[in-house]
Amino acid sequence: MKNWIRVGCDTGGIAAGADKVISALEAEKASQKLDVKIVRVGSLGLSFADPLVEVGAEGMPTVLYGNVNEVSAKAIATDHLGKKKLVEDCVVASRKRGTAIAQKVAYILVKDTASSGGDKTEYIQTSIVDELKRQGVEGVQVVRMLDAGIYDRGIVVQVLPSEVTYVDVKASDIARIVTETVKGAKVVKEILFSEADKQIRVVLRNCGIIDPENIDDYIAQKGYEALKKCFAIKPEGVIEEMKTSGLRGRGGAGFPTWLKWKLTREVQNPEKFVICNADEGDPGAFMDRSVLESDPHSVLEGMLIAAYTMGASMGYFYIRAEYPCAIARVEKAIAQARERGLLGDNIMGSGFSFNAKVRLGAGAFVCGEETALIASIEGKRGSPTPRPPFPSVKGLFGKSTAINNVETLASVPAIINMGGAEYSKHGTDKSKGTKVFAVTGKVKNAQLVEVPMGTTLHDVIYKICGGVQDAKPIKAVQTGGPSGGVIPEQHLDTPISYENLQQLGSIMGSGGMLVMDKNDCMVDVTKFYLKFCVDESCGKCAPCRVGGFQLLQLLEKISKGRGSLEDIEMIRKICVAMQKASLCGLGQTAPNPVLSTLRYFESEYKAYIDGGAVYARKMAKILAGEAPSPAAPAATNK
Amino acid sequence: MSQSSTITPNEKSDIRKEVAQHVSNWKGEEGNLIMILHAIQNQHGYVPREVAMELSREVGVTLGRIYEVLTFYHYFKLVPPGKHNISVCLGTACYLKGAPALINEVKSQLKVEEGGTTEDHEFHLDVVRCIGCCGMAPAMTVDGRTCGKVKPEDISKIIAETKSA
Repeated sequence: MKNWIRVGCDTGGIAAGADKVISALEAEKASQKLDVKIVRVGSLGLSFADPLVEVGAEGMPTVLYGNVNEVSAKAIATDHLGKKKLVEDCVVASRKRGTAIAQKVAYILVKDTASSGGDKTEYIQTSIVDELKRQGVEGVQVVRMLDAGIYDRGIVVQVLPSEVTYVDVKASDIARIVTETVKGAKVVKEILFSEADKQIRVVLRNCGIIDPENIDDYIAQKGYEALKKCFAIKPEGVIEEMKTSGLRGRGGAGFPTWLKWKLTREVQNPEKFVICNADEGDPGAFMDRSVLESDPHSVLEGMLIAAYTMGASMGYFYIRAEYPCAIARVEKAIAQARERGLLGDNIMGSGFSFNAKVRLGAGAFVCGEETALIASIEGKRGSPTPRPPFPSVKGLFGKSTAINNVETLASVPAIINMGGAEYSKHGTDKSKGTKVFAVTGKVKNAQLVEVPMGTTLHDVIYKICGGVQDAKPIKAVQTGGPSGGVIPEQHLDTPISYENLQQLGSIMGSGGMLVMDKNDCMVDVTKFYLKFCVDESCGKCAPCRVGGFQLLQLLEKISKGRGSLEDIEMIRKICVAMQKASLCGLGQTAPNPVLSTLRYFESEYKAYIDGGAVYARKMAKILAGEAPSPAAPAATNK
Repeated sequence: MSQSSTITPNEKSDIRKEVAQHVSNWKGEEGNLIMILHAIQNQHGYVPREVAMELSREVGVTLGRIYEVLTFYHYFKLVPPGKHNISVCLGTACYLKGAPALINEVKSQLKVEEGGTTEDHEFHLDVVRCIGCCGMAPAMTVDGRTCGKVKPEDISKIIAETKSA
């Protein structure tokens, strides 16, 4: 069968109605006797356009449709497959973008991406149709698209199948596009969009492309070849390759992966464990869920490689209980791998034996912390313990243990396949490779992006995600969740790296990236994060338990308009005490949102102090959505 | 909370069988307590006290230890949920996009507190951390079905639909 339809069935896609879309497609397939294979895949990451449907029909370019419902699903079957016509207002343009017309133009996609001045898409569509008619061209369909992947560049036109893309198209360019591109198969250089795609998919390489519940799909994408290669180059070779790649832990702290593996390998212990940390507790982040749901085998293969390198015989996936779909797919992946002899004794005849199991989290943010996570797998409450001893020496059940994040493990097979040197070409000096971010909040197109380290925050938010929702001015970007900080507008040009974000008072974290517009109140947001940490503090050590509570009291006082300047000083003191004296990462980083908002937005705290109860009441009304928001005070430069 | 007096001997033997089944499913696995508790909660919707007591006897762990774990993790519930369960996401993306207003709306329409159940046991309201649907913030789940981009004015419709379903 040559025709296929892929439907994005991750949690986001299903929530947006992917199941209904599949039923509609299946019904049409049956009634129209269509020769098409309908596949359930994971997520491409374009959450804003869920549910996504990708169609590959014989003699037609592959087309991605977004925001598909039962009506457009029917149209896809009838028009796209039946009549080779694309469906209006649903197409998500290809991000690949060609530079030459290699094939005869069959479709022209149009979209007005200007943020102001009314939508001219239909006007341009009619103009192109008229021009084609005037010049006697037949067999070219002009379609309005849903998303062009390019923003604020006026009218965007993409011709298919060569994917040549034009931007800032004026009415006067239309005749040229028809004469030169459609008839003459030449590119109109003046309006060509030639910027390379900012995204590079390493971790997300298979997401939304393969069926996550079918091991053969994964194997067809070079799956488990990396493992085979590792058996050939031996653990030392793997460590060397990982060292060359420069991969650092993607869970947030950025510890070099090769070093973690080497240290664990060197420990003399007959029994060792590998844990995949999939307790994605950071609110606003969904990278790990997406990878586990869309490509579980890549994480499992990464775990196998890690285990082989360190000499571990058992691995645990520690997954949040709130992610039932991810749990089911990982369990299925493990079962399939076991059937194929990729788990068990003497894997691929290498003499290496390994097994993997799933353990569920139960809603405790602190369990993202290594030692707390270990306690939780042991079936205890998730209280952290002091380090040393580090888990690599004495971890799960007292045995030497290495804990790696989902994204780290998913990167490993790709690195082994492409070679460490190739991987290290991406990124900056000290932060190599690519990183996945979940960009959400007040952003136009919330989605997952994977960019090389060193890409600026500005590019991620404006060029990939389309800027701020409703074209409002941006105030700040929050990275790292409750352990991170805010990065104000003036620093958005900073290239993303572990070091740069730290210097700005935030952290890389696991990859949550929250956009805040001018109307968001920083004192309120800080209170939100702090409440989260206070609620999640396990209560074992006093700096975190008492300090967090006291900080929250002070913030409450200020946000009621009863604060004083001394309170701000006290807040700073408590923050430092918590950072220095807390037992684990949660307490040490809980003050980060407070300190970073104080650093950049102290004026907002002062507005509450100076404005007193009157101001506080006014703000409370605005935050509850009961009053229109005025222009918030500007960021203080520092 | 103690309902042990209302339990019939029949129910008691059912509980015993059920707990023995869960325990044997996880036999030989180190650190299986949390996984057994998950299985119990999946079956009942919460962890009933009688079952926890039976578990304590069956595996020889003191009830205190079991409750230490149960009360530490947010996911475990100690009281029965309602017939219908509403969880409003309060992840950061949802928070910024108006989840607090949704919570207030649900609270006032159903006259229920966060984490509480209505008097007729029809609805239970939970406020949860990030359900991972940030792309469709603000989001909530009703009996496991996810609703995205919810506005306060949608709430009455959602509740009515759930009641009639």
